[in-house]
Amino acid sequence: MEFLLAIITGLLYAAGLYMMLRRSMVKLIIGLIIISNGANLLIFLLGRITKGHPPIIPDGSKVFTEIYADPVPQALILTAIVISFGLQSFAIILIKRAYQAVKTDDLDEMNTIEEEIK
Amino acid sequence: MLIAILTGFVFAILLFFGGKNIVSGKLALLPALIPLSLFIYFVRFIKDISNNEIVHKTYEWIPSLGINLSFTLDGLSLLFSLMITGIGTLVFAYTSAYLKGNNYLDRFYGYLAVFMAAMLGLVLSDNLISLFVFWELTSISSFFLIGFNNTSLASRKSAFTALGITGLGGLLLLAGGLVLGSITGTYDISEMLQHKDLIANSDYYLLVGCLIFGAAFTKSAQFPFHFWLPGAMKAPTPVSTYLHSATMVKAGIYLLFRLSPLMGSTNFWNTTLTIVGLITMVYSAFHCLFRTDMKGVLAYSTISALGILVFLIGLGTQESFLAAGVFIIVHALYKATLFMVTGVVDHQAGTRDITQLSGLRKVMLPVAIAGILAAISNAGIPPSIGFVGKDLIYEGTLHLENSAILLTAFAIITNVLISYAGYVAGVKPFVGKLPEKFEKVKFPHFLLWFPPVLLAVAGFVFGVFPFLLQDSLVKPIVQTTGLNTSEIHLKLWHGFTPVLGLSALTIGSGLLLYFLLKPSKKLEQFIAKFDKLSPKSIIENVVLGFTNFSGFWTSTFQSGYLRNYISIIVLFLISLMGFTLLDGTTYKVDYSSFARITVYEVVILTILVLSIGLIVFAKSRLAAVVSTGIMGYSICLLFVFYSAPDLAMTQFAIDTLTVILFVLVLYKLPKYLNLSDYKMRIRDGILSIAFGGLISILALEVLAQPVNSEISDFYAKNSYLLAHGKNVVNVILVDFRGADTMVEISVLAISAIGVFGLLKLRLKSVERFQK
Repeated sequence: MEFLLAIITGLLYAAGLYMMLRRSMVKLIIGLIIISNGANLLIFLLGRITKGHPPIIPDGSKVFTEIYADPVPQALILTAIVISFGLQSFAIILIKRAYQAVKTDDLDEMNTIEEEIK
Repeated sequence: MLIAILTGFVFAILLFFGGKNIVSGKLALLPALIPLSLFIYFVRFIKDISNNEIVHKTYEWIPSLGINLSFTLDGLSLLFSLMITGIGTLVFAYTSAYLKGNNYLDRFYGYLAVFMAAMLGLVLSDNLISLFVFWELTSISSFFLIGFNNTSLASRKSAFTALGITGLGGLLLLAGGLVLGSITGTYDISEMLQHKDLIANSDYYLLVGCLIFGAAFTKSAQFPFHFWLPGAMKAPTPVSTYLHSATMVKAGIYLLFRLSPLMGSTNFWNTTLTIVGLITMVYSAFHCLFRTDMKGVLAYSTISALGILVFLIGLGTQESFLAAGVFIIVHALYKATLFMVTGVVDHQAGTRDITQLSGLRKVMLPVAIAGILAAISNAGIPPSIGFVGKDLIYEGTLHLENSAILLTAFAIITNVLISYAGYVAGVKPFVGKLPEKFEKVKFPHFLLWFPPVLLAVAGFVFGVFPFLLQDSLVKPIVQTTGLNTSEIHLKLWHGFTPVLGLSALTIGSGLLLYFLLKPSKKLEQFIAKFDKLSPKSIIENVVLGFTNFSGFWTSTFQSGYLRNYISIIVLFLISLMGFTLLDGTTYKVDYSSFARITVYEVVILTILVLSIGLIVFAKSRLAAVVSTGIMGYSICLLFVFYSAPDLAMTQFAIDTLTVILFVLVLYKLPKYLNLSDYKMRIRDGILSIAFGGLISILALEVLAQPVNSEISDFYAKNSYLLAHGKNVVNVILVDFRGADTMVEISVLAISAIGVFGLLKLRLKSVERFQK
């Protein structure tokens, strides 16, 4: 299974990068979302996967008695998901406003616009 | 002594505040009082110095690094200090008349004062680091002074060239000083002298030598770095007088003189200096023949004189050091005079073109006297000090053990050419018929003609009474090189010796050359043909090439397109990591350690792959956004399978929100288009697949390594015991790493404020667009 997940992670990175290299700003943001998902999956995978044993201490016990999934990558990813949401929501609103201002979603055209936005 | 140096800086700062009131009107002479008082201050030291006393003062600056403001006043630095303040006084006074009414006179005095202070600091510094600081300060003030006429393109360009060349030399000096410091363990030159052997036997001797030479040759305009000096003549004439003939350009000479006892007496040192000096003095003396601008003639003869000095220091004998010491004085006296004379002519007659000027003695007699006296001293005709100086040079070369005849011959050629230059600048404008257009030239202001006359007369006073200089300055100067000085006797008349014959030969040939060869535009045009081969144009081309290259470099890598930046970064990453992976990867995947594949996992993975494919190839934006959502939910399910319930919940919530947000703004956006062409997509596709493959390989490689679970074990063990929580992930976030989460929340808050602000923002330009 890990092998397939590694391939999937690579695929996410590839798709994300490809989308980021496009000229449309919407695609750029979608690419960003895909890459951040890929990164999450990579961290998750490298912390090794464990089936059916969430890192929750069972009732009536003070420590783990059997194997458990690694909690550290999970904490990291949780943070990453939330932060990337902050980025994404800001970026999405930004496209909207940028489009209103410059009437294009083409990054190259935005590059050359010299109109000052007041 | 520190106060003496700081005075100039303080004055410059005062000018900054006091501005024009101080230097204009009746107070115009006020600035000249500063160098004058400093001159008197230094004159008082003559007695001590001639008694072989050396004044040494140290002020701690950065003692932990061995960098102190330590000042030494010995024969050499006293000579330079007197030149700086003495000629400085005259130049300050001269300026008040020369630049009368100039709007930026205060600025000019400010630069001059900074330069004077820095130059004093340079020659008084015993510490190589502080010497470097003052060295660069002189370069910087010179930059401002050359570019003083900042409306002229040529001025600005020359200023830039001068700063580039001399500033670069300064950096070499710093490097050389640092190496010397690391060899000897001190930055004080006086202390270094005690470790002379360490330096001579050091592996870095050649390196230090080259660095110091680089510094001295750039500052003192030696071949092939000489070309900044003729360019620097774009500066107002007082600057040329002061910086570019009398003082600053001699800083390199000073450095070589100062370090000769430390690093001299080796084959490398002496040969290099002799050869470079020789090339410079002959090359630029020859160039004097082809100039018609008085300042151009003087510039090349100054370079030639500097070449003579380097040459003499390179010979390294007691006689040559003596000749160098005397020649510094001689040159300062006559060359400053000639420059000031040029300035007056330019100021009154409005031209410096030597082919037009003649007969000006009828309208400005005192200036003519100064010019002619200086030309006489320059040509070494008795009874001027120039005669004494030239005799000493010939004695220095004639008494050499090797190739005395050859070197003497070169010295004679140079002196003949230089004396020609002196006649052209000092005599030619004043003799002959006065052309009509100059008949109405007004008599110059007192402060314009008096300083050159004073200097020219001083040249004769010292010539007639050379003993005035003997004990007071000349002996202490030679003493600084550590050589025996008891046999030094400056005399005007040596009797009938071979040297006298050579002198007569020089004077005769010089006069002959002057009468035979008239400066003309034709000669100037002739030499201009060789400009392409000159070091100046070669270096300019190098600079141009460098600029073009950096322009190309910048436009290639700083294209302003996000995708280009990303592509370059990723390409670099792939090649670097790919290269490493090729080298040390086993590519053995241990399938046995992996979890078994179940049907529902395969289903989810298939959905994930399909959604990714759909995102990439979608034709409509809505489809792409929806697929993004599907991708997120699939990953969410993966989290569920692999024991990460918290992640699954968060991912689910966030993914939903993102999709909703996207859909909300969707209808406002333009048509979803493929903006790039086929080729570009193929290229990006290949790059992306390579990148994804790299990540996959990396992941597999890491999976093949044993896992370190020390940190996880700690959290798992203590989650309940210390933090009383059973969900370890939650405990880590809100307890163990609570502060981090706090910061994360503030990031989200900032993002939320940003979103809110953007939504509320009223775009005025939108209305304009819509109209």
